[in-house]
Amino acid sequence: MLNSKIPSGPLKDKWANHKDHLKLVNPANKRKYNVIVVGTGLAGASAAASLSEMGYQVDTFCMQDSARRAHSISAQGGINAAKNYPNDGDSIYRLFYDTVKGGDFRSREANVYRLAEVSNQIIDQCVAQGVPFAREYSGYLDNRSFGGAQVSRTFYARGQTGQQLLLGAYSALMKEVGRGSVTLHTRTEILDIVVIDGVARGVITRNLISGEIASFAADAVVLATGGYSNVFYLSTNAKACNVTAAWRAHKRGAFFANPCYTQIHPTCIPVHGEYQSKLTLMSESLRNDGRVWVPKKEGDPRKAQDIPEEERDYYLERRYPSFGNLVPRDLASRNAKMQCDEGKGVGPTGQAVYLDFEEAIGRLGEDVIRARYGNLFDMYESITAENPYKQPMLIFPALHYTMGGLWVDYNLMSNLPGLFVLGEANFSDHGANRLGASALMQGLADGYFVLPYTIGDYLAGVPSGRTATDSDEFRQAEKEAEEKIETLLAIKGNKTVDDFHRELGKLCWEKCGMSRDEQGLKEALQKIPEIRDEFWKNVNVPGSGRDLNQSLERAGRVADFLEFAELMVNDALYRKESCGGHFREESKTEEGEALRDDKNFTHVAAWEFQGLNKEPQLHKEALEFETVQLTQRSYK
Amino acid sequence: MKTINLTLQIWRQKDANSTGQFESYPAKDIDTAMSFLEMLDVVNERLTKEGKEPVAFDHDCREGICGMCGAVVNGQPHGHIKATTLCQLHMRHFNDGETIVIEPWRSTAFPVTKDLIVDRTAFDRIISAGGFISAKTGSAPEASAISIQQDKAELSMDAASCIGCGACVASCPNASAMLFTSAKVSHLNLLPQGRVEAKDRVTNMVKQMDEEGFGNCSNEYLCEDACPKEISVVNIARMNKEFRTASRS
Repeated sequence: MLNSKIPSGPLKDKWANHKDHLKLVNPANKRKYNVIVVGTGLAGASAAASLSEMGYQVDTFCMQDSARRAHSISAQGGINAAKNYPNDGDSIYRLFYDTVKGGDFRSREANVYRLAEVSNQIIDQCVAQGVPFAREYSGYLDNRSFGGAQVSRTFYARGQTGQQLLLGAYSALMKEVGRGSVTLHTRTEILDIVVIDGVARGVITRNLISGEIASFAADAVVLATGGYSNVFYLSTNAKACNVTAAWRAHKRGAFFANPCYTQIHPTCIPVHGEYQSKLTLMSESLRNDGRVWVPKKEGDPRKAQDIPEEERDYYLERRYPSFGNLVPRDLASRNAKMQCDEGKGVGPTGQAVYLDFEEAIGRLGEDVIRARYGNLFDMYESITAENPYKQPMLIFPALHYTMGGLWVDYNLMSNLPGLFVLGEANFSDHGANRLGASALMQGLADGYFVLPYTIGDYLAGVPSGRTATDSDEFRQAEKEAEEKIETLLAIKGNKTVDDFHRELGKLCWEKCGMSRDEQGLKEALQKIPEIRDEFWKNVNVPGSGRDLNQSLERAGRVADFLEFAELMVNDALYRKESCGGHFREESKTEEGEALRDDKNFTHVAAWEFQGLNKEPQLHKEALEFETVQLTQRSYK
Repeated sequence: MKTINLTLQIWRQKDANSTGQFESYPAKDIDTAMSFLEMLDVVNERLTKEGKEPVAFDHDCREGICGMCGAVVNGQPHGHIKATTLCQLHMRHFNDGETIVIEPWRSTAFPVTKDLIVDRTAFDRIISAGGFISAKTGSAPEASAISIQQDKAELSMDAASCIGCGACVASCPNASAMLFTSAKVSHLNLLPQGRVEAKDRVTNMVKQMDEEGFGNCSNEYLCEDACPKEISVVNIARMNKEFRTASRS
């Protein structure tokens, strides 16, 4: 059993008591400690800025040309907090409870409570930084509703909340860069994590412009490198999002927890062609006013506007009367799939359902809808050439977020001392399904208000001073990174990197996507190593390793996805129950809802790497619920 | 499905120290539902299969928000459709048989890194000079303690929606960064939280902007026209006013 180091005492007091007893590094000594932060999304940028403000020396890395471009920027809808400004009965406990329930009782109670606790401080911090949240005419902050909650607790900045929060964190980071206590390395990718005597000591990097491989050592390494949705090739993630840093850490000994917990977002623009490079999300906030429906008749050829009201099935409102269109994402996605599987899907491919604003426009007027969702409607029209004010949107679920990630304890430290993991890259807060507007909350909670406390506890116990980068471990890791690049460039096969990535993605989507069964998963486990073997024999990576080479960058990432995919499928096979976004056909209620098996699976499955083509070793962390009662999740 | 055939004239440049040139590539059977970047993907996949090096171009989110993508298409940054990033430009806006000229942003302050990729780190240095409110983590007051007039908050948000792509610089005959810089000055100086550092902010950001080698504003308004987020030139006027006030005291 893994020890998550959850503090003792009542749930409500755990974090406060824990903070009171964490070891401290005195102000004069902080500058002697160097911390590496990988990634400049919400978690990474907020952590790097906060640690630097406290006095630590920070090196931070991002693969884009600027720290402002990390994928957090794409989050549209909002960020949750338990402020209760609308006076509708919200509280820290309710936010905590909704999040634990939303995660289908597969998250760590103490972490989630802490998350809800610091949510209010995040809003304070962001407002102080100048994040222009939406306001009412009174000048006070406005809120809206999101899935899985019956209160309005979501703060937003038009449909660009992620952008505005990231620009806030980025501005704090750039302030510290200007002050000289953060060194920012842009267009730099992490190729490996260096572990010496079981302790994380640094990273191996590649400068994406010059191709130079380099070593960086530090007293602690923080990974804030996001999720692995792109293992499915088509997802709502940015094109460069990858699992490489997390996977490299895993291969160096860090446990990977619950990789089968993937989130499929119900409202994305459907796939329209083989060349398609990514899927575009339409914010969950649209479900505040949009109604989801399909024709009652299978294969109905009529246009949406020609189908009379009584021949439409508003299936979410029908099946879940108390939450209606605002059920959590896993339910909304699965229900869309069920309708399409029954032949009721709409659009040219039959793989879509309607999201209809006719009723809301009639009730509120087009201007109100434009003010609320104008940029989303514009984006929809620019992609599809259809006007959603006049006809319903076509939507279909797509890979969006991954709840699984590197295993961390309550202090956000992995099983490798000195390796901390934040944001989407870790696993602890969202269980088997994340609620809308909670990713931004968790990224900033980890970076602004958790890590700055817990990292001190670790650093206070280790001597300061950079580890030398001339040790055998660094040399060896650099050599391996160089060799991998040379090998990739030398293959000169017949298929492109994207050919392999598409093939892997399609396989994962079909066998390990919205629904999974034993047979399909076993087929995937057979097929993945075959694709991987062919990749290493037949991929064509043009160009050289000594300059900017985007094919080479992608090849390295896809090579890691080809290894990681196997672990994800293994975990999905191991977890015989259904929970949240992980739906096993063998485990469902009579009504087709996810059926958990609490007796056998109320635990985190954390996997230890044993070598390629070898079974990973399972470590369990028991999930102990002291406060909430485990129930069949119901949104009816 | 409708397809078109195109000829692409693309700027190829090995690195910052090399001279570049246009090269011509056919782009056949392009589905008009593709985005411009998906069209480039298809061309690159074909180049790769022919054993040639694909065209390097920046991109990431492909939903028009990260600000990573951008190229000058037929003389216009992000192409000819208004309020659209290159990743959101779709091929249905082009005609069968057309020749499309694709080149990187051109500006002394944005040196070409490779092909269509330029170095925009000058923007980051402008932000580092003052594009922030110094609210250290943990020091913030309760959020509702600061009440902000809704119309001001909206103006601030209009300016804050800048994605830092650099199209404003690329469109300007003087390669001025006034729209970018003024958008950040406006976003922060319009808010009560931003007033404390307002004077230093505008002074230091303008100083850095000048040091980076961007040109001056001569009221061409091409920046506003090219901006995918429709940032208004009113922000430039606001910055000028802030700058004058700051330099008087």
